[in-house]
Amino acid sequence: MSAGASNMKADKPNAPGPHWPAGLSVAVLGPVIALVLACAFFATQSDRFLSGSNFSLILQQEAVVGVIAIGQTLVILTGGIDLSCGMLMALGGIIMTRFTTTLGMPPLLAIACGIGATALFGLVNGLLVTRIRLPSFIVTLGTMNIAFAATQLYSGAQTVTDLPPLLTRLGDTFSIGSTEFAWSTVAMLALYGAAWFILRETAAGRHVYAVGNNPEATRLVGIPTQRVLLVVYVVAGALYGVASLLSVARTGVGDPNAGQTDNLDAITAVVLGGTSLFGGRGVIVGSLVGALVVGVFRNGLTLMGVSSIYQVLVTGVLVILAVTADQLSRRGAR
Amino acid sequence: MSAVPNTPPRVVMKATALVKRYGQVVALDGTDFELRAGEILAVIGDNGAGKSSLIKALSGATTPDSGSIELDGVVTRFRSPIDARRAGIETVYQDLAVAPAMTIAENLFLGREMRRPGWRGSVLRMLDKRRMIEESVARLAELKVGIRSMSQALETLSGGQRQCVAVARAAAFAKHVVIMDEPTAALGVKEGGMVLELIRRVRDRGLAVVLISHNMPHVFEVADRIHVARLGKRATVLNPKKIGMSDTVAVMTGALRPEDLPADALAH
Repeated sequence: MSAGASNMKADKPNAPGPHWPAGLSVAVLGPVIALVLACAFFATQSDRFLSGSNFSLILQQEAVVGVIAIGQTLVILTGGIDLSCGMLMALGGIIMTRFTTTLGMPPLLAIACGIGATALFGLVNGLLVTRIRLPSFIVTLGTMNIAFAATQLYSGAQTVTDLPPLLTRLGDTFSIGSTEFAWSTVAMLALYGAAWFILRETAAGRHVYAVGNNPEATRLVGIPTQRVLLVVYVVAGALYGVASLLSVARTGVGDPNAGQTDNLDAITAVVLGGTSLFGGRGVIVGSLVGALVVGVFRNGLTLMGVSSIYQVLVTGVLVILAVTADQLSRRGAR
Repeated sequence: MSAVPNTPPRVVMKATALVKRYGQVVALDGTDFELRAGEILAVIGDNGAGKSSLIKALSGATTPDSGSIELDGVVTRFRSPIDARRAGIETVYQDLAVAPAMTIAENLFLGREMRRPGWRGSVLRMLDKRRMIEESVARLAELKVGIRSMSQALETLSGGQRQCVAVARAAAFAKHVVIMDEPTAALGVKEGGMVLELIRRVRDRGLAVVLISHNMPHVFEVADRIHVARLGKRATVLNPKKIGMSDTVAVMTGALRPEDLPADALAH
């Protein structure tokens, strides 16, 4: 049996399929193409679409969903799903705003409390998933309802107004040339940059992918699987808290009914961005593209005078198309 | 020819009287085990003979209820597979314990990633991807595993190639012992041969190999000695050069007793 070495054929050098280390490669190509095509389409439908101020508007409109989608991406990368994201965002917003108006707390401390509260809920999600081994779908379905009820109860179903300017600072704009951009856009892009760096360049980030891809393997090679999952849920919770600050900054009030569409919109953005619902595969920037696709459609259809119900319909169709495209491309790669 | 005194073989790993019970079931009933330096020791046994329980105890996946395990003469206790890894024992599990969507280099260093030197590594905690790829290329080349690109996803490889990567990972990090659980089970003839060739190279590099297999032809191809597990104990250790396959299977099933074998068939 001297076959040995010479028979170990090198694998086909041009093997199809994802080459993840390239980072922004095949995986994000689909969503980017979709975004470009959508922009091209709407440019033909309305001459107000292709303008700097319109794009800036889209970025501002999608900042909240965009940041929620970062947290959601982390959870989905581990093979879970977080249905409580939008409700936690609303809870964070109410806590931040009421702590300043009703309790007179300094705004920065109130913001910290809001983010701390959403992170704590994230911890609860994580503990139920890791210690009690409940499926994340069930857990977050429960915490979604609990967070919603808590928000309604604590706010008395009233919006919180008369906020100190510090809370809405991120909604302020600055000019680059003749176009105005909001600080919320900067915050969102910065968070995506940080998430991209951590997921791509650090061991902790790679472990998130490994846990999603094969949790049993990670356990056997010594990666602290349970801790990775717990950290993911807590970080996601904290990100929902940051999103609540962006939401407060954008609307100028604490809204107990915020986040209800953001819940599924964030999941839509992640799926549109190419992250697999089975875990272990996906590029974080894809979720930003996904959020922008949703935003472009919403903005474009509004400019066309189309009723907002059609926007919901289109978003639904987009999700199915995105998942189908992902499935087909994966089948072709094997 | 002057008489050269036979130096006793160096024992790398030894277990004495291991007992493991799962409720009423006695999986290990006082089994012994001895692994010598530079050998491939095959562990064979019928279903329920205790071979997987033995391997779980040796790889740290379980802790025996009683009995001792010695590594290079030092009594050790494994509380987890990580303990065994730290002691220099690497295990190639039956399902490989790999992340298929990740690259070959990432899988090789899974759980043992290298960080960049300086502040980029300590403050930013950045991975030294280039060095990990270089190391992976070197390790696979050492073992003559012919895979060209370390940046391709593991799932693009064939079953045999994936097995080779898993074996190379174990060989790269092991200090004394590599345990392989049914490495050729899911492979065809050619790929199975490829993996056996690799196992020989691992042995030739100085690591002792424990090979669990139910594939007799493969066992007889590579094993230096054969540990026969039966009824939770070590029935005997056989010399594959002095005993045939059918007799070996007979010892495994109990049809043939070790006492009835010629002395040179045993390899104690």
